[in-house]
Amino acid sequence: MEIKVGLASCGLAAGAGEIYDAIQKYLSEKDIDVALKKTACIGMCFAEPIFEVTTDDGKNITYGRVTPEDVPQIIDSCLKNEPLLEKAILSPDFDCPENENLRSQNRIVLRNAGHIDPENIDEYLENDGYKALEKVIKTMNQEEVIKVIKDSGLRGRGGAGFSTGLKWQFAFQNASDKKYVICNADEGDPGAFMDKGILEGDPHSVIEGMLICAFAIGADEGYVYCRAEYPLAVRHLKKAIADATERGIIGKNIMGTDFSFDLHIKQGAGAFVCGEETALIASIEGKRGMPNLRPPFPAKSGLWAKPTNNNNVETYANIAWIILNGVEEFRKFGLDTCPGTKAFALTGKIRNSGLIEVPMGTPLRKVIYGVGGGMRFDKPFKAVQLGGPSGGCIPEHLLDTPVEYESIMKTGAIFGSGGMVVMDTDTCMVDIARFFLNFTQNESCGKCTFCRVGTKRMLEILNRIVIGEGKMEDLDTLEKLAHQIIDTSLCGLGKSAPNPVLTTIKYFRDEYIAHIVDKRCPAGVCTALLKYTIDAAKCIGCTACARKCPVDAINGIVKQVHVIDQDKCIKCGACYEACRFDAVIKV
Amino acid sequence: MDNKEKIDAIIAKYKGKPGATIPLLQEVQEVEGYLKRETMSYVSGGSGIKIADIYGVATFYSMFRLKPQGRHIIRVCKGTACHVSGAQTIFHAVQGYLNLTDDQDTTEDAKYTLVEVACLGCCSLAPVMMVDEDTHGKLTPDSVGKILDRYK
Repeated sequence: MEIKVGLASCGLAAGAGEIYDAIQKYLSEKDIDVALKKTACIGMCFAEPIFEVTTDDGKNITYGRVTPEDVPQIIDSCLKNEPLLEKAILSPDFDCPENENLRSQNRIVLRNAGHIDPENIDEYLENDGYKALEKVIKTMNQEEVIKVIKDSGLRGRGGAGFSTGLKWQFAFQNASDKKYVICNADEGDPGAFMDKGILEGDPHSVIEGMLICAFAIGADEGYVYCRAEYPLAVRHLKKAIADATERGIIGKNIMGTDFSFDLHIKQGAGAFVCGEETALIASIEGKRGMPNLRPPFPAKSGLWAKPTNNNNVETYANIAWIILNGVEEFRKFGLDTCPGTKAFALTGKIRNSGLIEVPMGTPLRKVIYGVGGGMRFDKPFKAVQLGGPSGGCIPEHLLDTPVEYESIMKTGAIFGSGGMVVMDTDTCMVDIARFFLNFTQNESCGKCTFCRVGTKRMLEILNRIVIGEGKMEDLDTLEKLAHQIIDTSLCGLGKSAPNPVLTTIKYFRDEYIAHIVDKRCPAGVCTALLKYTIDAAKCIGCTACARKCPVDAINGIVKQVHVIDQDKCIKCGACYEACRFDAVIKV
Repeated sequence: MDNKEKIDAIIAKYKGKPGATIPLLQEVQEVEGYLKRETMSYVSGGSGIKIADIYGVATFYSMFRLKPQGRHIIRVCKGTACHVSGAQTIFHAVQGYLNLTDDQDTTEDAKYTLVEVACLGCCSLAPVMMVDEDTHGKLTPDSVGKILDRYK
């Protein structure tokens, strides 16, 4: 029997560490001989903590939402080859609730995540690891590798969607004594964690992709630029680089060939703009991470003015699979114009939140209601936010839009790197627009005036609207400023910062009008426009609300109707949550 | 200067290397907890990196701190998923628990520093906070106190 515990950062946050300890303790107490292994994230974050059992008769069951108390029973039942199924979520052998969830996905970049131990290079090697690299450096020349990647139609998964093969070709064609390969792991979009999932779960697949790229363009040195907010990803990556170096997969004369490559990690220091490639390069060079005008593109003059290829984590994670399985297999997934799959971080008010991978071109509706399992609460769907602070909110009537660069762009949002936040009617669209603008405003590097000052003016207007002090002409001003910022900013941050505002005005104009004209927040989010009162007919005087109120704004004695003092109330909503009789009303 | 030896060693490790400013300052900050004005001058003198470049980098990136910080860093996630799941309430709860006002980020006993962070990538467990290197999810205003008590 074998047990694998999912110990990625979300699993750990959900208590997987305690589960691992409980299993270890039980096994040693009872002196049971079972292989206990670690793995990362299978993507079903909604069911964490998770562990997987393979019984002696070869059956495989994944358990979810487990507690340390469940451990002995589950282990005992599996030892008898009669596994308990109560908490089973996934299994190829039994009927489990999430079987369909995984079946409706196609996993290329997440092929190993949640299955192998990311800290053990042997497990990667056993799963065809570094075979693509060996094939490339021993049997192919540079042009052949680039042709395969070009023919595969792989497009950059960071959001821009540029042909990866073409990008490599440009870097290859620019002759130089020194070239660099960079992996952009500065996944800064709030609500996106695809790259984290890949780095924590299968770091070698990214390294292998970078090595193949380095061979193809003729580079001998590379950097992974990783967000400092991902300590576990950095740790797994460091271990992976050290192990690969020890095995002669990184370093001088790799696998006995003339090809040599050194790989370093650069940890970011907290600047969203460094996800932009020229800013990222400036940051590796030790400068303030401010973007530069392109051209020259990094393929010509990048890191330390040398030809540089920069792709993101997910793009590199596709490479080895494409080399091993071929262009035709890859093109079986997705669309002609956009082949392959895409990983998404599905979050917000969705039932099955987590990390998923579906073919390009899958309709949004299928992602949300199929793999995602639909809405988590009984509130109806309102919008799905794609592309983070650079993206937009897509409403219900556009849910048949296929997930693919051009179609998403037409809605006014952007495809982005893969963050997908689902919102229900409890989410205020004006507040969301303000939330993202506040983010980009903070993260604007300050180089371009319109991005620096324009976003500030837009934010001031939104701050006014959410407290009921907006004017109808504000909407025109917002739209005018938005277009000016888009037209006059140098980099993607400024060019896309107004998108959340523009899409919400486009699709949810009514909500803006409700804030401005009626001084009302239909979703009940904007606190300045809210008022909590107590329904005298429903209040039984249980005092639960008064005891919860942090500012003693609720008056009343036991078994009598309570009253909220509006002057003292800070609108924290504690009473609303505390009342079991629906007597506290939010208006 | 208190940590002269350690800082000299860090300077020696990075001196003359291209692109050293950020990792050098990160290591110095690890030693001192934050970047003191006098330390930045000292590093500039020792490494030959212009003080303007050091200060420019230190003020550009949010991970660099110019003020002393507490023993434990609490990062309350303000990402999208956390925002729609009540991150603001969690932030206020932590603030309340630590008796911090809006313009304070470190407790008077220098035990905790409270900061906001854009996204910790644990969106499925929203709302989330990170204390030092541990991530805690599915927070409620009531649960944050119990979690913080574990960090002495």
